[in-house]
Amino acid sequence: MPRINSTAELEELRKGILAQKDPNKPCISVCAGIACLGSGNAQVISAFEEEIKKQSLDAKVDLIATGCHGFCEKGPIVVIYPEEICYLEVTPEDVPEIVSQTVVGKQVIDRLIYTDPNTGTKAAHQSEIPFYKNQSRLLIGNSQKINPKSIDDYLAMGGYSALSKALFEMSPEGVLDEIKKANLRGRGGGGFPAGSKWETTRNAQPGVEKYVIVNAHEGEPGAFMDRALFTGNPHLILEGLIIGAYAIGSHQGFIYTRHDTPVLRKNLDLALTQAKEYGLLGDNILGSGFSFNVEVHLDVGIFVSGESSALMRSIEGMPPEPRPKYIRTSVTGIWDRPSNLNNVETWANVPQIINQGYEWYSSIGTERSKGTKLISLSGNIVNSGVVEVPMGTSLREIVFDFGGGIPNGKKLKAIHFGGPMGGTIPESLIDTPLDFDELSKLGASLGAGDMLVLDEDTCMVEMDRLFLDFLAGESCGKCVPCREGMRQMLKILTNMTQGEGKEGDIELLEEISGVVGEAALCSLGRSIHKPLISMLKYFRDEFEAHIKEKRCPANVCKELN
Amino acid sequence: MNNDKIEQILNEHQGQAGALIKVLMEIQEENKWLPREVLVQVSEKLEVPLSRVLRIATIYKTFSLTPKGRYQVNICTGTACQVRGSQQVLEEVQKLTGIKPGETDPDMKFSLETVNCQGCCSLGPLVEIDGKTHGKTAPAEIADALKKYE
Ligand SMILES: Cc1cc2nc3c(=O)[nH]c(=O)nc-3n(C[C@H](O)[C@H](O)[C@H](O)COP(=O)(O)O)c2cc1C
Ligand code: SF4
Ligand code: FES
Ligand code: FES
Repeated sequence: MPRINSTAELEELRKGILAQKDPNKPCISVCAGIACLGSGNAQVISAFEEEIKKQSLDAKVDLIATGCHGFCEKGPIVVIYPEEICYLEVTPEDVPEIVSQTVVGKQVIDRLIYTDPNTGTKAAHQSEIPFYKNQSRLLIGNSQKINPKSIDDYLAMGGYSALSKALFEMSPEGVLDEIKKANLRGRGGGGFPAGSKWETTRNAQPGVEKYVIVNAHEGEPGAFMDRALFTGNPHLILEGLIIGAYAIGSHQGFIYTRHDTPVLRKNLDLALTQAKEYGLLGDNILGSGFSFNVEVHLDVGIFVSGESSALMRSIEGMPPEPRPKYIRTSVTGIWDRPSNLNNVETWANVPQIINQGYEWYSSIGTERSKGTKLISLSGNIVNSGVVEVPMGTSLREIVFDFGGGIPNGKKLKAIHFGGPMGGTIPESLIDTPLDFDELSKLGASLGAGDMLVLDEDTCMVEMDRLFLDFLAGESCGKCVPCREGMRQMLKILTNMTQGEGKEGDIELLEEISGVVGEAALCSLGRSIHKPLISMLKYFRDEFEAHIKEKRCPANVCKELN
Repeated sequence: MNNDKIEQILNEHQGQAGALIKVLMEIQEENKWLPREVLVQVSEKLEVPLSRVLRIATIYKTFSLTPKGRYQVNICTGTACQVRGSQQVLEEVQKLTGIKPGETDPDMKFSLETVNCQGCCSLGPLVEIDGKTHGKTAPAEIADALKKYE
């Protein structure tokens, strides 16, 4: 690969790549996201390779294994371009027919396209499928069109043009200003404005080395959008990170990611190698004089290591124990140096803001929550998967239009956001817009964007017990309120589900929650009571029924019914 | 245990205390578990006190300090899989194998673990047997799948 030494050379290279691409050449895009891998797409891919060879189509057809297409429920998914015909639940046996009939013959195979379960209406093109229709797939949309292992594919989509714009047409202050004006808020859970955090790190400890970090830990159960995006389009996040480093004045970055997603690791390592070879990473990027390097660190699967200070400890090679909150990692982070941490999706937003400007970006979304948000839809929902919608979209639309509603004729009971540190809202509030502040007001912070849909057969007491049961193994155990408070809460809830709840248990839970929420050291401990408090707010009678009547209204707790 | 491979991993990271987690992971991937004498070697090669090696090796559930069976069975008990019925699947597997999460059967055939969300909640309830994913599993189906392993 040639090293690129200027914007002109970058554009030249891009032109060359585009010149070799024929937009009318058939391309078979097979989803190789994590869910489709699990439902057997590897065999589908090999079947395509074989069939293409057999029909001697090597030169006439492209085959790419891509990142998540979003509609994970119906995987393995295959999309045939340029027509964008979308086939669902494809098996290796379907492959010869797809190649002959659709790729060569341009015929749609009826049996493999989407059928609306209610109306029986069929949809052959992706844009006609209710799951995709009306999404705004600004971040994840490209994932199904590119090979994540090819930097050229990313360049063909206009990749790294934001980086070259930032380096050559903007000052670091200008970049920072753009992000601040765009009002980009962190996607990892807190919704903290990215611009002010960048600025803090930029101005902290003058003369001392600074770090920028991607939080790709994604530990919340039910959250899978970060992995989907990062695996499917690693350069997008990398480009955002390099731009951020330039604005902040950092020359060393870290990516903290999961050890248990081998495809992500592979794609990421390859992306870093390719970016380095092209001179988009490393010394003197694009000949601009700006240098930046990245190191990948693996987490080994404990939830608390996604917390900012614990994560930084872990990068230092220490156990992932959080530090008290008054120590701000943006000022005193890795090795006590200023360290700016953002979530995968936050970084992914940066290139488009730089390319299209803050005015464009802030025209999307609500007053205080801008842009689109990736949502992992899971639980009792017909179409589980990754959805991307503008902030402000109503939850009703997400559950019923994109999500297709609740399976097996059941009724929606509640929606839970943010996993074990989040909150639940009842069905009656389904018209609430997707918005950091609106949801917080209701006691259910958006979290990372994992939306767990619960049907009428869900017991809220058991639900909260499950969250605490999960957390009990995931806190670091350093401080008493979190460690012991959690144990006591878990014990009380377990008793309730086994018919041994006592008068006063709810009040006791509330009291412990109050103490833990105040006295725990880090945000994990200070949030463990949040699901409970929201459930008590909306479903208190259910807790009371467990205690007073020894009855589980949802018929879940076996010992009670 | 493939000593050469472990030796190689250790040599690559000689003196790099910061690579502790990475090294432990690579060894675990190679050997499926971390024997005590290997942890001592890690401590010496990376120049990290043994107490810290042990602390890291015990805080993370991923690391195993006991030998593993021939086939690893992982059952996702993340909330999304729970909502879709992973508890029933877990009960069935426990009944069939006679072991609880964290245990290995006396024949060293199966090791059972419950794992957190694997990021493919759309396939819930999710079970992994010897690296192969089984999605949308019903208890009966998993029973059939387990019988295929010798
Ligand atoms: C226990 C705990 C776990 C967390 N896990 C994650 C995570 O997996 N991914 C993430 O981006 N943020 C996670 N966070 C939030 C981070 O601490 C941090 O706020 C975030 O990465 C900052 O990025 P953002 O401002 O772009 O959202 C977690 C926080 C806590 C308290
Ligand atoms: S609140 Fe919990 S996770 Fe956080 S430092 Fe204390 S014990 Fe550890
Ligand atoms: S993994 Fe294939 S659609 Fe999500
Ligand atoms: S909860 Fe099982 S894969 Fe997410």
